[in-house]
Amino acid sequence: MMLPGFPEAAPLAGLVGGILIGLAAALMLLGAGRIAGVSGIAARATGIGDSGMSRSSAWMFLIGLPLGALIVAMATGGIEASFASPLYLAVAGLAVGVGTRLGSGCTSGHGVCGVSRFSQRSVVATLTFMAFGIATVAVMNMAGLEVLQ
Amino acid sequence: MIRRLLPPLLSGTLFGAGLALGGMTNPARVRGFLDLFGDWDPTLAFVMGGAVVVMAIAWRFQPRMAHPFFAEKFALPDRSDLTARLIGGSALFGIGWGIAGLCPGPGVAALVIEPASAAIFVVAMLAGMFLVRLTEGNG
Repeated sequence: MMLPGFPEAAPLAGLVGGILIGLAAALMLLGAGRIAGVSGIAARATGIGDSGMSRSSAWMFLIGLPLGALIVAMATGGIEASFASPLYLAVAGLAVGVGTRLGSGCTSGHGVCGVSRFSQRSVVATLTFMAFGIATVAVMNMAGLEVLQ
Repeated sequence: MIRRLLPPLLSGTLFGAGLALGGMTNPARVRGFLDLFGDWDPTLAFVMGGAVVVMAIAWRFQPRMAHPFFAEKFALPDRSDLTARLIGGSALFGIGWGIAGLCPGPGVAALVIEPASAAIFVVAMLAGMFLVRLTEGNG
């Protein structure tokens, strides 16, 4: 399916992927009674965070993430991806790690689980990281920085 | 044990599959979405939209349930205060998201797509999380 004016976009794949993510978060909520927030779960699994689900549950969820991606890669014959160079990845990872701990969540916990619940904190967090993400890309483009290899 | 561990494994797997299918494990796609003033790629709006609509339906069911299917009780965030920490942290997260086009979920999922690159991101992310714990004493 094509979106008029946006030849690069994959709206149908995006929607199906989004529905799967929603089902995953719904299963975590209605099955385990918890928020499917990846940053919090990663902190919990590694022992950086003390609160949340059991560490074994956190590890199960984390292991599932690459497992699910692997299943899609095998079913579709590979996933297209281009990544930033190591320095950019390290700087970005550090900012994401510090930022998600201070901000109590990321795209999944705030953006999906919190926004769908109309949580005031999550709506503000989501608007903030979207705005700063957009501004960062705009500034880097203006500076002529080629990030992706 | 299986009853406890299977739901998070299944949730994580569905989540990872959704991320990969929706294009979120491709930083080029994510940065394309954030490139609102340039060559904008709206795909991620469909990912977010699909996920939020399904989850909004789940939130309608949640209050009617005495307890989750596989646990004794719900353990959900109930804060509503807007703090400088929340906004500052989210801003920093947004900057990191924009730089490399990765957030925590896709970073971990991409460990099977481009292991070396994803590992650098994930290790740096955990280091950042650890740094916050070190400076604050708790997580």
